[in-house]
Amino acid sequence: MTQAEIKLCSLLLQEHFGEIVEKIGVHLIRTGSQPLRVIAHDTGTSLDQVKKALCVLIQHNLVTYQVHKRGVVEYEAQCSRVLRMLRYPRYIYTTKTLYSDTGELIVEELLLNGKLTMSAVIKKVADRLTETMEDGKTMDYAEVSSTFVRLADTHFVQRCPLVATTESSDPGLPPPAPTLVINEKDMYLVPKLSLIGKGKRRRSSDEDAAGEPKAKRPKHTADNKEPIPDDGIYWQANLDRFHQHFRDQAIVSAVANRMDQTSSEIVRTMLRMSEITTSSSAPFTQPLSSNEIFRSLPVGYNISKQVLDQYLTLLADDPVSLDLNSLYKDLHKALACLATATLESVVQERFGSRCARIFRLVLQKKHLEQKQVEDFAMIPAKEAKDMLYKMLSENFISLQEIPKTPDHAPSRTFYLYTVNILSAARMLLHRCYKSIANLIERRQFETKESKRLLEKSQRVEAIIASMQATGAEEAQLQEIEEMITAPERQQLETLKRNVNKLDASEIQVDETIFLLESYIESTMKRQ
Amino acid sequence: MASRGGGRGRGRGQLTFNMEAVGIGKGDALPPPTLQPSPLFPPLEFRPVPLPSGEEGEYVLALKQELRGAMRQLPYFIRPAVPKRDWRRLPRELKIRVRKLQKERITILLPKRPPKTTEDKEETIQKLETLEKKEEEVTSEEDEEKEEEEEKEEEEEEEYDEEEHEEETDYIMSYFDNGEDFGGDSDDNMDEAIY
Repeated sequence: MTQAEIKLCSLLLQEHFGEIVEKIGVHLIRTGSQPLRVIAHDTGTSLDQVKKALCVLIQHNLVTYQVHKRGVVEYEAQCSRVLRMLRYPRYIYTTKTLYSDTGELIVEELLLNGKLTMSAVIKKVADRLTETMEDGKTMDYAEVSSTFVRLADTHFVQRCPLVATTESSDPGLPPPAPTLVINEKDMYLVPKLSLIGKGKRRRSSDEDAAGEPKAKRPKHTADNKEPIPDDGIYWQANLDRFHQHFRDQAIVSAVANRMDQTSSEIVRTMLRMSEITTSSSAPFTQPLSSNEIFRSLPVGYNISKQVLDQYLTLLADDPVSLDLNSLYKDLHKALACLATATLESVVQERFGSRCARIFRLVLQKKHLEQKQVEDFAMIPAKEAKDMLYKMLSENFISLQEIPKTPDHAPSRTFYLYTVNILSAARMLLHRCYKSIANLIERRQFETKESKRLLEKSQRVEAIIASMQATGAEEAQLQEIEEMITAPERQQLETLKRNVNKLDASEIQVDETIFLLESYIESTMKRQ
Repeated sequence: MASRGGGRGRGRGQLTFNMEAVGIGKGDALPPPTLQPSPLFPPLEFRPVPLPSGEEGEYVLALKQELRGAMRQLPYFIRPAVPKRDWRRLPRELKIRVRKLQKERITILLPKRPPKTTEDKEETIQKLETLEKKEEEVTSEEDEEKEEEEEKEEEEEEEYDEEEHEEETDYIMSYFDNGEDFGGDSDDNMDEAIY
């Protein structure tokens, strides 16, 4: 883990879970897997606080545990999973666009709590929705659970690994050793369960859903202390599926930008058809015949078969590959295109359009000498040199040496400029992590500066709210509002604007991070 | 520096590269000496692209801020513990906390066993939270008195004592709890602590 990533993880953990969890989490990320006592000893925190922190981290899927020999349990942190916390708003918003408010709240509850049973989720979401509805109306559990079932069907939520059923253990002693044995089996069973669970999950969740609403409605008025029907079956949000969705969205919008709306619809249909058949990390989608695509096009599009074929041939030179009658989408190539586009736009924004021209030129021609760059780009030598060196120093462009003589003498060597997309993407990703860390720190700094003012305004708001509730006069409310002077109000406005800007920038950088990470991951899998 | 040092025998003041190629011609004046520290931020040559605004951007922004606030309120947000006091200096009636501490330790031992379902963890976390809140209520009154009385040295001593105190009780508690692993555990940790 690079320093930048660790710093970012530390900031995220601190913001969301507090300092103690942050200390433990960062320590685990830095040092790999460790047992409980070593963590407590190395970080200098008390044992019970370490325990609390580890509970929280495990609950949120940020730390996993493993049993080793002699019954020692070791804990390991997942750095990349911590970085996903930046993307929570995007996951929730996506669910909102797909499944409206109910789905949005379901995913939000799952993300905020890490793992929950289905019944717990449904109950919480129904309560929240009821609050926002008009007086007298309540949210029916059945509707919420049907949305939950749909989310499970499309793989957006998945089951957590289950605890293995305990076989006949010693009833007498409270067993530290036997529980650890069960723990091993539990780890053993986990992959089987979740794999089979993916197929069966729909049926089992259907059973749950069918059983529950009927059981829920009479129980709704009864005591809450009755045993929950799906005890021990926990659900979590399936982040990989969301990533697949984002990737598809990015590809579709890129195609829409390059060509027109219809071709993007075709690509969207192709991707949707292969959504559940391909796993999220496959480099190619399943081959499809043009007939299948024709049949699956959304109803509104009345294009004839020939037009469709023409579109498909047009798309063929882009990320879509045409192979006889079957078409498959080279997802890796698509990701590479997106990553390259990101690099290009970064160069353009940082160095100007002429640099971007040189960059695109080198990308296209793969290897170019200094003189050739000047000629092709039609930029005077001095400026071209300057720009090339600038990009070289920032590692967007690299130099390839081709010696003419075995002694590698500089005067007798070709120096070619080239763009190595993978390493440039890695460099940019590292920079992104640093930028987000900077953004978060700056936001915290700004908030801390005006902390006193913020507290004062919060108190005033609380007073106003309570006075309005008890029914106060206009004059009194005015008086209290004037407690905050005009320059203070100005300061608050500036603060709010700055914080909003910083937050929006974080979200933006996270989108870039997603593209670059997907590209790098897909490239590494190929090798 | 290296080139100058190396060139001492062969010809002073010679550089390994051609100065003209870099851009400094012969007889040209060197750039003026810098008299102030370099500016805090490098000069921004190009204006950045505007951030995404519009419905989607604002909704996601509001969502993000809401989530941040919500996570602070959840029980998963662990606040740093209140420092423990030196009991010799306080009236004995405030010592109720010691029993609460022990209760805390007993309930905390449950989460230590990983295979237990997370339901237990949630319950214990909630229990811990309520206990902590009670602690905070009790100590908030003490705080004001304490701040006037205590000096720094005493605080340091207190914390040092308190750590020893805690470790001792932990040691004892674990001795009763993991009777079988007691000797084995410490040996294991010794081995692992070395690397």
